[in-house]
Amino acid sequence: MNCDEARDLMHPLLDGELDAKHARAVEVHAEGCTGCAAELSSLRDLQKTIFAAQLCYPAPESLRLRIERALPRPAIRPSRREWLQGFALGAGLSAIAASGVFVAVLREDKESPILSDIVSAHLRALEPDHLTDVPSSDRHSVKPWFNGKVDAAPPVPDLSAEGFALIGGRLDAIGGKMVAAIVYKKRAHIINLFVAPGAAGERLPAIEKAQGFNVRHWTEDGVSLFAISDLNAAELADFAAAFSAAAAQTGK
Amino acid sequence: MRIGFGARQTRRDAAASGAGEDEETKANRFRALALPHLNDVYTLARYLLPRADAEDAVQECFLRAFRYFGSFGGGPVKPWLLAILRNVARSQRAGAASLVFGEELSVGGAAQELPPLWGEAPESPETSLIKREDAVRLRQLIAGLPAEFREVLVLRELNDLSYREIAQVTGAPEGTVMSRLARARKMLREALEAQEEKA
Repeated sequence: MNCDEARDLMHPLLDGELDAKHARAVEVHAEGCTGCAAELSSLRDLQKTIFAAQLCYPAPESLRLRIERALPRPAIRPSRREWLQGFALGAGLSAIAASGVFVAVLREDKESPILSDIVSAHLRALEPDHLTDVPSSDRHSVKPWFNGKVDAAPPVPDLSAEGFALIGGRLDAIGGKMVAAIVYKKRAHIINLFVAPGAAGERLPAIEKAQGFNVRHWTEDGVSLFAISDLNAAELADFAAAFSAAAAQTGK
Repeated sequence: MRIGFGARQTRRDAAASGAGEDEETKANRFRALALPHLNDVYTLARYLLPRADAEDAVQECFLRAFRYFGSFGGGPVKPWLLAILRNVARSQRAGAASLVFGEELSVGGAAQELPPLWGEAPESPETSLIKREDAVRLRQLIAGLPAEFREVLVLRELNDLSYREIAQVTGAPEGTVMSRLARARKMLREALEAQEEKA
């Protein structure tokens, strides 16, 4: 490899666009050529300088809100809005100690976006024809359906022995992310279980009551799980425990 | 992603071909897939347009994107959005008589709106000040690059796109993307060195 070739390939090398063979060839050339070695390190420095200076512009919150408002929104019943504002106040107060960031977010939104999303998603799911994208009581057809559709493909254990029948799976939007929703049923009570990557809901209390629904939240292996149902709190706790134990056994 | 899973999927497919998807479902998908890229879109807008026009361009971009979202064929959303923003920016610039595409931008007031410092490693006031000065200076130098070099540099270094994605956004072949990027870096480096000599 000569100097001209090496210098042409330095840019794709720095951008991670070269295959291993060519990358190695450029590096070998630079090891034996002081001019090219200097050029490569100068380009590397420039890239580091750009990265370190953080030249991105964060979008103003007002712009985000303007775009949000232009999109169709699910109708929100007044009682729920009031309840959520109460929640946001409490969460806001406890968050002051923890983080200024979260307070700023709450000031803009006036409600907990995650919990609000969960309740909205559950209400939507209860409408006719909205419950599942893949209706099946067979976990072997529900689990693969999620592959490639969401960041965290969830475990889908069979909990019929514990009295929770698998109804199917669905995609839903929680906290601005596409997440997996698994649907179970006990007697006439639907349970929606949302599985989100990361600790999206770590500021939510483990148990909440929201507009007549019980919400249970826990994290496991880096994913956040939210179970919501009109089932009573004790039975929902049983469900969470059963799911958690079965998920650990199937090894995900 | 949308291949045959029961009645609801069929309904979505019908919607994708323009038969009127449930607007709420479409909005939720859009929120989940497109809105997380808002900062990237805004960043590109700030480097392609005068500051006063950037917000309008971004809003127009997201409105158009939502309108076309039903027929979006899948794949990465970020380059798709950035391509729309680029088109919006070009038509805005074409409409503004006082501006010629390729004209240099000036970055005004950049110091007041750097990324907030929370979430970063703690650092002394001195180092953060130096960082801010660097950022202001670099932004001005990038804004001074000719448009076709400026856009590939921003798409690569700030929007973190691959060469192939940059080629999709700009409509230029990948080889051209590579050579423009090389030119852009050389111009930026020369401008930085010239400034340091003056100082």
